[in-house]
Amino acid sequence: MSDATAGSVRAPAMRVRFERWAPALLLLAAVTMYVVACLATGQTQYLNWNNFLAVIGRSIALGITAIGQTFVILVASIDLSVASLISAVAVLASVVMNGDPAMIVPAIGASLILGAIVGLINGLIVTRLDVNPLIATLGMSLVIQGCLSAFVSNFAGAVPTQFQFFAYGNVFGLPFAILFFFALALIAFFVLRFTRFGSNIYAVGGNQDAARFAGISTEKVIIAAHVICSLCATVAGLYLASRLRSGAPWIGANGVYDLESIAVVVIGGTVLAGGRGGIWGTVAGVMIFSLIDSIFNVLGVDAFVKQVLRGIIIVAAVAFYAVRTRRIVA
Amino acid sequence: MTDHTLSSPQPKQTRRLPQINPVYFILAALIVAIILNNPNFVEPSGYMNFLKRAAPLAILAAGQVYVIVSGGFDLSVGSLITLVVVGSSMLSNNDPSSTWWVICVMLGIGLGVGLVNGLVVCFLKVPSLIATLGMMITLNGIAFMWSGGAPRGYLPESFRYFGRFNIRDVPLIQMLPVAVIVMAVVGFALYWLMHRTNLGRMIHAVGDNPRAAQLAGVPINRVRVSAFVISSLSAVIAGILLGGFGGVSTDVGTGYELQAITAAVLGGAQLLGGRGSVPAAIAGALTLTAIFTLLNFLGLPQPVRQVVQGLILIAAVALAMYRRKRTGQ
Repeated sequence: MSDATAGSVRAPAMRVRFERWAPALLLLAAVTMYVVACLATGQTQYLNWNNFLAVIGRSIALGITAIGQTFVILVASIDLSVASLISAVAVLASVVMNGDPAMIVPAIGASLILGAIVGLINGLIVTRLDVNPLIATLGMSLVIQGCLSAFVSNFAGAVPTQFQFFAYGNVFGLPFAILFFFALALIAFFVLRFTRFGSNIYAVGGNQDAARFAGISTEKVIIAAHVICSLCATVAGLYLASRLRSGAPWIGANGVYDLESIAVVVIGGTVLAGGRGGIWGTVAGVMIFSLIDSIFNVLGVDAFVKQVLRGIIIVAAVAFYAVRTRRIVA
Repeated sequence: MTDHTLSSPQPKQTRRLPQINPVYFILAALIVAIILNNPNFVEPSGYMNFLKRAAPLAILAAGQVYVIVSGGFDLSVGSLITLVVVGSSMLSNNDPSSTWWVICVMLGIGLGVGLVNGLVVCFLKVPSLIATLGMMITLNGIAFMWSGGAPRGYLPESFRYFGRFNIRDVPLIQMLPVAVIVMAVVGFALYWLMHRTNLGRMIHAVGDNPRAAQLAGVPINRVRVSAFVISSLSAVIAGILLGGFGGVSTDVGTGYELQAITAAVLGGAQLLGGRGSVPAAIAGALTLTAIFTLLNFLGLPQPVRQVVQGLILIAAVALAMYRRKRTGQ
């Protein structure tokens, strides 16, 4: 470290800049590949505004979940319970609504309360009982999924048409869901960038002991991050209920929202060890993910080959930044 | 540490008690509970079938401990099991004489998967959670691709020998499943490698403090790659046993990665490295299987199993952390 300050002051500055722009570079590469794929196969009909919106619209649920996941990963925690929470919320909301427009508000309220409770329990287990967050939220995921499948085994309830506005409605000619997603991202960005809570999150994630000595109540910050993550998963569950017009106990697990949201956050440049990263990286990661899918569709890649390539791309994208780190990673 | 030696011998006495890993007590209690529910369990056919059913998970957990102690995770083992079962059925093509070379090919694939996992983690610096998650997705895709999406039928009888066959008329115990022999041999080999060789000590050192281990001259990359290779090879062996248990399908291995981590954690392995034991992980696997068996006897449905597994997982780690704080280690 000492000779770095003496000799090459510029090198670390360059590295920070690279890390900041890496998600944008990856996104640019993905967009370029998409355009090239469309042109090469002569499918120029995919290169228009509506198709662009469709590409983004495909991964709204993943995006909303990933915004929440960014908060927990920034405090050096992790949340594997989001997938089963999404299923639970979708079922709860559609059962409570049961086709009755008057029940929309109570259903949303009940879902948000469920989400907040799950997040609170996750946070308390992680902070008070000192359980590794991976294990705590994995256990929570099993508990939620078990409770859910004890009661429901298929699509249950129905969502009234008014609520389907969330997934299918348009505002100013743009899909409401996409506007909602970007609004949520913007709010998350402001919270992380301009509030005391936001800087506390970075402080706790960077070095928990240092943050505690600096007078930050680290437990509260970690618990709050978990509550935010669970609330985002709740919103994603509501979105899926609205989109599928009903809730089923497997929609979260089928979408692999737990592991994919983590992958998206990491591809977006947020470090699993915490303290570094941000929301726009995650948004870029989500768009990269849906672009990859679209590229495969345009090229007509076989479904199984698609899966193989997907695994390789996730690792390669993370390696794109990680390869420069000097630390020994776990 | 110094004031411990200075103080009266009393702390020594209180510290002798937690020396025995609590997982053994839990396992013993569960077995008593099973016997009370089902007296047939004391018969050889009862406990031998239990051990046989637990064998794949026990082997998997013993391998997973290596990666966990070295400070990582291996999420790819479940999909590797699937690949082994599906791949063996495609390669052997119902030809009983192919068993030996198919097993060699599978071990070769396991070696390759472990090497890739380890090299990606060590040299591309991808966190093991993401690296092995990517490997899990890729291997699942390969298994689907290889089988064309619809695997079918059974493996040849000679391949299923390891998972299925029981040696009859053994004195004292009447029957001895081959799977239990495999579990004992692999378990002992992994125990010896972890707790009696330099490699095991180096894995502990790397997981406890990688920087310190590096400065002390441990070839950390080589050690960590070995840990991933051992985990993958154990998954191949578990896959061979599971291939003998049932039919060929693309979801044989689903969920095994999390069960293996659960078993290792029940056995007191510390996530993020530095602490863990192979026999305790095997006991953890037996405990997990015993819990499932007990819930089965009690007639509780699958969802309850999940809830119980989740609660036990959290409770086990919370208890371990509480003990660690209290003993000040």
